[in-house]
Formats: sequence, C-alpha cells, structure tokens
Amino acid sequence: MQPNGENLLSATRIDKVFPGARALDKVDFHLRRGEVHALLGENGAGKSTLVKCLTGAYRRDGGTILLDGVEVDPRDTFNAQKLGIGTVYQEVNLLPNLSVAENLFLGRQPRRFGLVDVGAMNRQARALLDDYELDLDVTRALDSYSVAIQQVVAIARAVDLSGKVLILDEPTASLDAHEVEMLFRIVRRLKARGLGIVFITHFLEQVYEISDRITVLRNGQLVGTRETATLERRDLISMMIGRELAAEIRSAREGQVVAGPVRYRFENYGRKGHIAPFDLDIRAGEVVGIAGLLGSGRTETAEILFGAHRADSGMAEVDGRAVQLSSPRRAIAHRFGFCPEDRKTAGIVGDLSVRENIVLALQARRGWTRPLSRTEQNRIADHYIRALDIRTADREKPIRLLSGGNQQKAILARWLATEPEFLILDEPTRGIDVGAHAEIVRLIEGLREKGMSLMVISSEIEELVAYSTRIVVLRDRQHVAALEGNRITADQIIEAIASANERGAA
Amino acid sequence: MKPKYLPLTATIVIFVLSYALCVMQYPNILSTRVVGNLLTDNAFLGIAAVGMTFVILSGGIDLSIGSVIAFTGVFLAVVLENTGIHPLAAFALALMIATLFGALMGAIIHYLEMPAFIVTLAGMFLARGMAFVLSIDSIAIKHPFYGTLKGFYYKLPGGGRISLIGGLMLLVFAIGILIAHRTRFGTDVYALGGGTATAKLMGVPVGRTTILIYALSGLLAGLSGIVFSLYTSAGYSLAAVGVELDAITAVVIGGTLLTGGSGFVAGTFIGILIQGLIQTYITFDGSLSSWWTKILIGLLLFVFILMQKGIVYASRSKQRHA
Ligand SMILES: Nc1ncnc2c1ncn2[C@@H]1O[C@H](COP(=O)(O)OP(=O)(O)OP(=O)(O)O)[C@@H](O)[C@H]1O
Ligand SMILES: [Mg+2]
Repeated sequence: MQPNGENLLSATRIDKVFPGARALDKVDFHLRRGEVHALLGENGAGKSTLVKCLTGAYRRDGGTILLDGVEVDPRDTFNAQKLGIGTVYQEVNLLPNLSVAENLFLGRQPRRFGLVDVGAMNRQARALLDDYELDLDVTRALDSYSVAIQQVVAIARAVDLSGKVLILDEPTASLDAHEVEMLFRIVRRLKARGLGIVFITHFLEQVYEISDRITVLRNGQLVGTRETATLERRDLISMMIGRELAAEIRSAREGQVVAGPVRYRFENYGRKGHIAPFDLDIRAGEVVGIAGLLGSGRTETAEILFGAHRADSGMAEVDGRAVQLSSPRRAIAHRFGFCPEDRKTAGIVGDLSVRENIVLALQARRGWTRPLSRTEQNRIADHYIRALDIRTADREKPIRLLSGGNQQKAILARWLATEPEFLILDEPTRGIDVGAHAEIVRLIEGLREKGMSLMVISSEIEELVAYSTRIVVLRDRQHVAALEGNRITADQIIEAIASANERGAA
Repeated sequence: MKPKYLPLTATIVIFVLSYALCVMQYPNILSTRVVGNLLTDNAFLGIAAVGMTFVILSGGIDLSIGSVIAFTGVFLAVVLENTGIHPLAAFALALMIATLFGALMGAIIHYLEMPAFIVTLAGMFLARGMAFVLSIDSIAIKHPFYGTLKGFYYKLPGGGRISLIGGLMLLVFAIGILIAHRTRFGTDVYALGGGTATAKLMGVPVGRTTILIYALSGLLAGLSGIVFSLYTSAGYSLAAVGVELDAITAVVIGGTLLTGGSGFVAGTFIGILIQGLIQTYITFDGSLSSWWTKILIGLLLFVFILMQKGIVYASRSKQRHA
C-alpha cells in the first residue's frame, strides 16, 4: 500500500450536461489517501452530480477518472462497488421492503453450495452493526425502523463496501448529535486505515470538525480546493455563495417583537403514545420555536396540532371558538399549514413540475371544482421561485430533477402559497445551504411581522434563537420548559434540554 | 409477528377455515383422491402463477401467459402431427421459444422504459395471433408418448394419485421458493419491487434482472403450456383465455402486494389451492352454477386487496412514529 497523502482518486475535467442545465463544467477533484475531503456548495451546485459521475450512477459527458493511478470508468454503481468505492447517496433510503441484513449485503450475500446462506448473512449483519452500537433485529424489514436508523444502516453498508473510497452525500441530515459523533469515530478509523473519504454536508461545524481539505463548487464549476485548517469560515462562505451573508443572518433578528392577541389555544392537548398532554397558546405575530433532541416528541407535537393524528385528550380553540382538529383537512380549513420534515415521502410529487408542486396545496384547498387559472398558477410559482431563490431552469421542470435543497424550498413555497394563518414548519432548513438558510430565516421573520402565527421545529439552536419569540423545550414526549424574552439564548436552551435530561435520568 | 407475514397468515387461515367448512359438509373432500385431482386440475395454472409471482414481486405484470400457453399447445400439436420429432425435443423447442419471448419482452420493458402492462399486452396479442397462424382448429394429440407420460403417477394411500403434472407443479413451487428466498437473483427481484431507482443505486443489475424475470415467466408459461397440452391432449388457439388473470388472482390472494416488493411464492400455492377448493366445492354441490366460482373468487380478491391496503397503511403510520 502506498503512503497516505498521495492521490487516490483523481477526477479531471468532469463534464455533465442535463437537458436544460449544465450540472458540471470541467470540474477537477482530487482525493488523497487518508483524508476526509469535504465537498461543499450551495443547493444545485453539482455536488451530488459529481458524486454520481464518480460512481457510475450517471454517465459523465467528459473527463477522466484515475483510481490508484489507473484509469477507471465505472459503468454502473455495481462496478464502482467492486472497485472499492462505497457510497451513501443523498436520496438513498435503501430498500424499505428488504430486511436489514439483505440491505447490507445486497448483491454480495454469502453463499453456500450456490444458495444464499441466510444464517451467515444475518450473523455478519449483526457483527457489522455492532460497530455502530445498533442492536437491531436484522431479519426485520428496514422500514420498521426510524429514518435515522435507516440512515445508519445505509452508512454501514457503504463503509463495508468501501475498500478504498467512501463517499457520504449529506449523511448526517437525519442523525442526532450522538449518531453524528459515532459516524465521525468510524470515519476517523477508516481515515487512519488510509481510505479516502468524501463528505458532503451543509453543516459547517461538521466540516471544520472532521475534514482535512475542502473543495467548493458553485453553479457546476470548481471554485477551489483549500486546507480546512487555514480556511476562515467567512472566506469559506464567500467561496460558496460569492457574497457575505453571515451578517444578514444576525440582522434578521433586529426588529422589536409585538405579539398580538392569542389566536390558538390548546389545553391539555395530547395523545397517548405520541405526546403527553400540554397547554399551548399562540398569538398572532409570534414564532414559537420547538427545541429538543431527536425523538423528544417535536414532530408528534406538530402532527397532533395539524390533525395528522387525532388528539385523545384536551381541547383546541381558534380565535376563542372550540374546534375539532380531527384531520389535516379540518386543520387546513382553519388555515393551518404544515411543512413536514420528511419531504421525500410526505412532500414532493416527483413527476409533477415545480409549478404544479407549488400550487398543489392551494388548489386542494380551493377544491378541484374551482381550478386556478394557468396565468394565476404561473404568477404564484414565479413569485415563490423568485422569493425563495429556487434554482430551476424553468417552472415546468419536473421537480425530481432539482437538487435536494431546492426541492425543499419548493415544498415550503407550496405551503406559503396557501397563505396560512398558522404555519407549522418541521426542520425548514435541513439540507438547505447557507444562502437559502438566511433567506428562510428572513422569510420567517417577514411572515411574523405580517401577523402570521408560526411554529418552527429545528435542531439548530442558533437558528431558533434567531427567529423565535418564545421557545418550548421538549423531552421524552413532554413539554418541559418554555423560554421567553431575553431568556432566549442558545445557552439557556441547551441548559433547558440538558437539565430536562438530568431530571429524566434521576 | 412481522407485518410481512400478515397477508400470508391470513391466506392460510382462510384456506384452513374454508377447507374445514367444506369437509364438514362433504367429508369426501378430505380424501386423497380429491386432493390429487385438485393438484392435477390446477397444475398448469399453478406453474404459470409461480412465474407471475416473480413478475409481480418485481413490481411488474405479465399479461401474455395465457396466450403463451395456448401458443405452446398449438405449437406442440402441429409439430407432433406434421413431423417425426420426438415430443421431448418438441418440448425443449417450445420452452426455448417461450423463454426467448419472455426475455424479449423484459428487454423492451427495460431498455425502452415502457410499462410492463403495455408490453405484455402486446405480447398477449402477438402470442395469440401466432397460435392462430399455426392453426385455427383444435388439434388432438395422439402421440403414444403422451399416453406414457399420463401413465406416470404416484399412488397415495386412500386411492388418490399425484399425477406427473401435479407433481411437476409441486416441484416448480419448491424450486420457485428456493429461488425467491435463497438466491441473489431472488433478492434482486424483491429489490426491484422496492424501488427500481434505489435498487440501481445499490448496484442491482436492473436490466439483467428484469430480462431474467420475464424470461422466467415465459419459461414457466411454456412449461404450463406443455402441462396443459398433456392435460387436454390437444392444442387449440382459443384455449387458456384469461389464465393470466387467474394467475394474478392466485398471486394476490396468496398475499403478494400488487405494487411489488412483498409476498411469498408459497402464498401463491395457497392461492391456487383456495381457487381449486372453491371449484371442487361447486362440483360437489352440483346445483350451483359454475359462475359462483368466479363470484366467490372475486369477493375474496376484493377482501384481500382491502386487507393489503390496511396493512400498508398501518405499517406506514407506525413507521412515522418509530
Ligand atoms: N437527473 C437530472 N436531470 C436534469 N437536471 C438535473 C438532474 N439532476 C440534477 N440536475 C440539475 O443539476 C444541478 C446540480 O444538481 P445536484 O443535485 O448535483 O446539486 P447539489 O449540489 O447536490 O445540491 P443539494 O445541496 O441541494 O443536494 C441542479 O441544477 C439540478 O437541477
Ligand atoms: Mg445533493
């Protein structure tokens, strides 16, 4: 084996053209042995496309790839796996209908006498997952586990496949801090073994924690490759977006908060097995931030308010009148909007165009007997494409062809288009790049100023601090604390979550 | 119990219950003679349904199998009548044609990215048309070798017989189960049913698997055609109309999701038995019109589809809270 530090994977002048979009324009990318190389860029910059060209998932239109100094041309992902390139794709959820073990060993199941040795496969699967502190029933279908666990399984599979190169395309999007820590431990171990690791993420903290070098793409072009240690965060951000945004994020929180009358009141509202009964008042012009660890009942709170699950205790009032929020339809009738966390399954309709995806909820609310005129649809779509800076060649492009983060913005646009009076956002900035991040923070602020009531769930505490007028902290499916006014600081929130945890342990 | 076993268990429970009901009324149904006949009468359908199970598991559909059965029957009859070729050689030739036909449909589905429904619908008309080209009459097969083959059977205690074709169906099911659950190809079939795009990213050879699946379905439809010609001793281009629908019914009653990705070959066997049982019951009764078979099967199918919807819905909402 050659020493660390040499080029392991060299891609030069990679081109990829999609109908209507040049996704990659002569991009160079060099991965050394024993390094973690962060691949960064805004939504739609071409990161996933570059990865897919390297693994043969897409056929590139030009350029050469050298692995260990030898020219390779992976024809499909199976080919790449054989070359020792293991990949977690951004959109991969593995196969929900197969067992955990089958997912881990698909295409390379251990065999005896020509037949798959199921016993051995399950044993090896358990051994493999031990490394990840996961004690799963590997014979169960993958979809009986949470998204986070599925993600860890996907990572385990990729790591096991990566003899030489491991590519992780936003692997941490649905992981909590503990799981991220675990992933990083494994990444460091592989790095010490001399693997090259490509890491794509929008969490800059993680970039600085784990990566050795950074390559930035913008609009399908290479901006540059730098050593992480010598690259200031400010410089990195301006490499990515070409303008200074950090200040804007901070200034978003300047305006004085004047909340209106209480519009939504929930008393002793809860559902067994989902979320313990809680009291919650929401005023006009207020942003209630929901903080808590993954699995603390954040999403459950949102779902019960929106009627996705019926409450089995308590009552709800809108503007002083008791209401039944027994289904999302009812909630929408009361002008609730809900932008869910798992946009892949709950959100986008891949084959419909960006325009159709944006007007979907609005049209549903109007009822299909009163169709929106095409001009009206175009106006709404164009408005939000501009307002949210959705990167798409035009509004008629099928939404599945957009990059992950841009799809997310389109879903947000869908709910904004219904002009809700109470908008629930579950992780609105997950998987969104820094530029869009600031825009969404500004947008939330703007909606609040117009008198809308919002509830925002987020794992990013800094962000909650930026736009919340009040913060509710959850733990173990209970509402355990509320912070208001100048108590809304990152430290206070962290303390509330932590002390709640201690109480839980006691 | 794991949710994936629910539909299969439901099928087995329904089968055992209805069998018990039938036996209470006509104790004879329990005799090995009736059981043997049930296997023989449904052999061709069962063999074809195994192929259909793989196709549906992968998220596809094959509407051509009834026509392929008819074509094979006519092909054998014509060849045996007009040439001196030994039936075994004719069988091999028929299987080859049917397999290639299936493989071709699979290739078109994959490479031209056409819906399986359309491609196999075209295949259905094509195969039926080819049968008509060979002959429009019903041709009896009088080759002595057919008599020999029909003479093979395994005697069960109680006077029943497992005929050659009944036994062949059991063998095909056994091999089908093995392929589905103990080969990489089998897992790839389920993988396609779980999502072609994801399967592709995970390195499943999507094209090869698709072609193999339809080739397998074609092969088994050809085999089913041979069995059918042994069963009827004739070849007729209008035979086996709608067998593909009976096969789909058996697959769905057997607990396989029509959307693919979940189900069992063994379930299809139970599905075949349930259909056969209903037929047997109606024969025993004597006064009921045979249309009752269709009505009962229709109802069963409906119940099963509702149940599957329910299971899918339940597991989705559970997943959201895991
Ligand atoms: N299959 C496709 N067909 C057409 N255009 C595509 C396709 N896939 C991606 N694109 C376009 O190529 C560009 C780059 O997309 P890519 O998915 O590589 O972005 P990304 O950097 O991974 O973004 P994100 O951070 O949002 O995941 C985008 O403009 C996207 O719309
Ligand atoms: Mg991407």
